[in-house]
Amino acid sequence: MNGVEGFMYPNEVGLQWSVLIVLYPFITGLVAGAFILASLERVFRVEAVKPTYRLALLTALSFLLVAPLPLQLHLGHPERSPEMYFTPHSTSAMAMFGYVYLWYLMAVLVLEIWLDYRRDIVLLSQTTKGPVRWIYRLMTLGSSNISERSLHIDERVGWVVTLIGIPSAFLLHGYVGFIFGSIKANPWWSSPLMPVVFIFSAMVSGVAGVMLLYMAITKIRKQLIDMHCVDTIAMYLFYIFIIDFSLEMLDLIHRVYEADESFRSLNFMVHTKLYFSHIVVQIFLGTVTPLILLFVTQVVKLPEIVRKRMYVTAGCLALVGIFAMRWNVVIGGQLFSKSFLGYTTYKMDLVTREGSLVAVALSLLPLLFLWALVKLLPPWPTERNGQAVTGD
Amino acid sequence: MSVFRDAGHLFRFAGLFVLAFLLFLVIRGYVVPRSFGQYGHYRGNAIGDIAAHPVKFAGHQACENCHTDVLDVKKAGKHALVNCEACHGPLSKHAEDPASVTPVKPDTAVLCARCHTASVAKPKGFPQVNPEEHSSGVACGTCHKPHNPAIDAGGAK
Amino acid sequence: MNLSRRQMLILLPAAAVAWKSVLAGTPEEAPNYKMSEHWWGMLIDIPKCIGCGNCVRACAAENDVPEGYFRTWVERYHVSDEDMTNPQVISPDGGKQGFPVVEKEDAGKYFFVPKMCNQCADSPCTQVCPVGATFVSPDGVVLVDQSYCLGCAYCVQACPYGCRYIHPEKKVADKCTLCYHRITKGLTTACCESCPTGARQLVDLKDPKDPIHEFLKTHSVQVLKPQMATGAKAFYNGLDGSVR
Repeated sequence: MNGVEGFMYPNEVGLQWSVLIVLYPFITGLVAGAFILASLERVFRVEAVKPTYRLALLTALSFLLVAPLPLQLHLGHPERSPEMYFTPHSTSAMAMFGYVYLWYLMAVLVLEIWLDYRRDIVLLSQTTKGPVRWIYRLMTLGSSNISERSLHIDERVGWVVTLIGIPSAFLLHGYVGFIFGSIKANPWWSSPLMPVVFIFSAMVSGVAGVMLLYMAITKIRKQLIDMHCVDTIAMYLFYIFIIDFSLEMLDLIHRVYEADESFRSLNFMVHTKLYFSHIVVQIFLGTVTPLILLFVTQVVKLPEIVRKRMYVTAGCLALVGIFAMRWNVVIGGQLFSKSFLGYTTYKMDLVTREGSLVAVALSLLPLLFLWALVKLLPPWPTERNGQAVTGD
Repeated sequence: MSVFRDAGHLFRFAGLFVLAFLLFLVIRGYVVPRSFGQYGHYRGNAIGDIAAHPVKFAGHQACENCHTDVLDVKKAGKHALVNCEACHGPLSKHAEDPASVTPVKPDTAVLCARCHTASVAKPKGFPQVNPEEHSSGVACGTCHKPHNPAIDAGGAK
Repeated sequence: MNLSRRQMLILLPAAAVAWKSVLAGTPEEAPNYKMSEHWWGMLIDIPKCIGCGNCVRACAAENDVPEGYFRTWVERYHVSDEDMTNPQVISPDGGKQGFPVVEKEDAGKYFFVPKMCNQCADSPCTQVCPVGATFVSPDGVVLVDQSYCLGCAYCVQACPYGCRYIHPEKKVADKCTLCYHRITKGLTTACCESCPTGARQLVDLKDPKDPIHEFLKTHSVQVLKPQMATGAKAFYNGLDGSVR
């Protein structure tokens, strides 16, 4: 059989979960990570990262809106997906998706964005000209009350929403880790550490993503990058990265030490089929290199331009590394036979429904959404009609 | 009360949620299949749907009802426990309406080889021969009657 | 909050309609077959299997199994010495056309292992299905409701035995149904019917008079991957330790 080495059960030869299923945890990871960065300011009062607060929320929303798409494109019958809402199976981690997604979208993210932007929305609904005005009017839900008292209530409620949002973000992405971690049939996936590793790698990707977006957008707007903000984000990125790396090393050491039934087969797979994506991309390029770069920026006093370059490099490498981690989990988990006697190959097509072109398009779509959201709900003060309309 | 006036927008947001939830319940009542949950977390009628699939192999009892002569020959020999359709293929259509389908007699040169070609991989006690050495290309049915393959059971022609 | 009279007049009927719709999802009458009297399994007698592939062909014919996918298949093992962890295993086209002849008298042992859905009583595939499309029937058969399945393939990932696949045309999960449409009519499965040596035998674990049930009680039998604790009901007689 083409692409098969050794022996695989006949039904195992073709992979079930494609690059789209790699993309889904990557996207929800960015959502969770971006939200955690936003909560740093809102709940933990890290004032330094305030310039990225609204951007982080809009980033989270942009990615969250795209998140169901790779799943829908993968399903054999996407038109039946409402069944997850009508008859969710309580023993299935995947069944949680519908409700956790909806909860996080409406009761956390949309609510928090709405509460934070409400004053601006009301003002924009009164001052904007053209058809966009109707969007703002709809968003006010018919209430134009932006008195001191109402805004104060918004602020208090928003704080509670963010507080609830933190475990909600962990749930949104942690359950994906559990989807893999709870499968006893697959020793590459089955691990109690899986949800925790997923959450911490999500935070790395989300924080790095917002940092890069902030730097890029600020540059496009020809504004000054707040280095105190970026330095603080980089510091948090470094610490979260250390935890993520430690967890992954713990998993590795545990596997090598216990060397159970699956070890010989998995070890061979990592050294051959997954060598490039796991050892080269995920570990060296995507984890060790950015960690070293960030470490240097934490202990050595460097000029601003050098720090900027290092942050951008570290951030990009981190994103690549976290994507590689998702790839190695999802694709890696399907490359070896459950008989431990063979391996198969993943043939990624170009233009099919689950091919690489679709994957690239789905990765770029959130940026398009973000562009639209930034235009609709500007995160930074803009001059419009001669008066500063949005604040903060 | 003034609190409600300043929090009115929040109640509107919550109101949207409640409306959506009610709408969801209504839709759910119509969309979820009636038999869902009858025996467990699945559509109870699925069991009946699956049980209603058409049968392709009639089963040896159906053959033996009519072909009693073959049964008498078979049960005296080594192929007593080999069911009819193991060699003759799925014949439920013939069992239902014998005139509509005439089963094709399998070619012994091909059929017998499938089981009886000698291989080190097969269990030692199982009767197996190398077809070339055993009969130099002569078809198995020349000497062995498939229903009772013993040579002295009237197989030799 | 005090609801105004007008608000009540609007909300109450809406709530009544909603509640009725919730109640509308009640099940109908049960079908005729007495599922509670049966608990199905299968006995696979390794020393009897000759690797002819009849079962694979019969299953494909009975159940319209698509090319390249298998509800049942046969593996051939070659264990060359005492090392149980390194068997040479082949399953050319699932064993559908039998196996190539082995002529040389090689060291070690050869044997055939038919595989199928193990009809697990504590089925991991059922556990992970997000919508309830796959389930264990009251008579112990793991089935797929193909009009309800989303085709997410989570069950395929969760099966330790590799017996599930996504049907290439129907785009839903598919697998051995223990010929449910046959056993509920008093027939045996297609694979058992066509096996010439009796290596595969259906067993009703709730029937004390079932001779195969008697066999299970008096012989050493095993299930595949017992450490997975799936409650597998495909019992293997004479299973070698090298079998994966």
